[in-house]
Amino acid sequence: MDKLIDIKISDKVLSVDACYNFVLDQSCGGNVLFVGTVRDMNKGEVIKKLAFESYVEMAIKEMKKIAYSCLEKFDAKKIALHHRIGDVGLEEIAVIIAVSAKHRKAAFEACEFAIDELKKSVPIWKKEYLENGSYWVNARP
Amino acid sequence: MKVKCFGIVKEIVNQEILEIDGNVKISTVQELRTFLSKQFPEMSNINLCMVAVNQSYADDHTVISSKDEIAIIPPVAGG
Repeated sequence: MDKLIDIKISDKVLSVDACYNFVLDQSCGGNVLFVGTVRDMNKGEVIKKLAFESYVEMAIKEMKKIAYSCLEKFDAKKIALHHRIGDVGLEEIAVIIAVSAKHRKAAFEACEFAIDELKKSVPIWKKEYLENGSYWVNARP
Repeated sequence: MKVKCFGIVKEIVNQEILEIDGNVKISTVQELRTFLSKQFPEMSNINLCMVAVNQSYADDHTVISSKDEIAIIPPVAGG
């Protein structure tokens, strides 16, 4: 069990408390949480729900790489990356990133880096369900 | 050769694991791309997809065989 990073992909509801509690550390005074939730509109279209799919084994590896580079690059102490898969309704949490660091700047920067990198490299796909159909985000074959 | 498919690619090929006949000569990622775009005209934009070999992103020159775990990675959209 790795004590500095906590990576999870789950089809169950994600817990902000679990991520926050994981990163808390006596040596850290700055804790940053990013919580991505499902919003009701995208590009003028009404969203009913999202469905996430993942290549889980590879996604976990990519998330670990991101987590470790956060710790190295920004002098962060601990990081939790949790991502939901399956159907996710409006206001529900799709992703949580929690980072702790000695001071706030490193925690903010590491958290932003983590979500940016996650969106670039982690094999997770999102399908938007609109009122008249559904489509895979970013995929226009 | 077995190829894992996800998202839009899974819908195009209509299966999670695409099995390519062993008689088809595919020895690099580029050859796999060429084969898929011929086999599935809807994948003409396959160059927008990445290919993962043994759970790591590969480039077009990466050598592949039926022993490798191969996956087509359409543009990701996590978060």
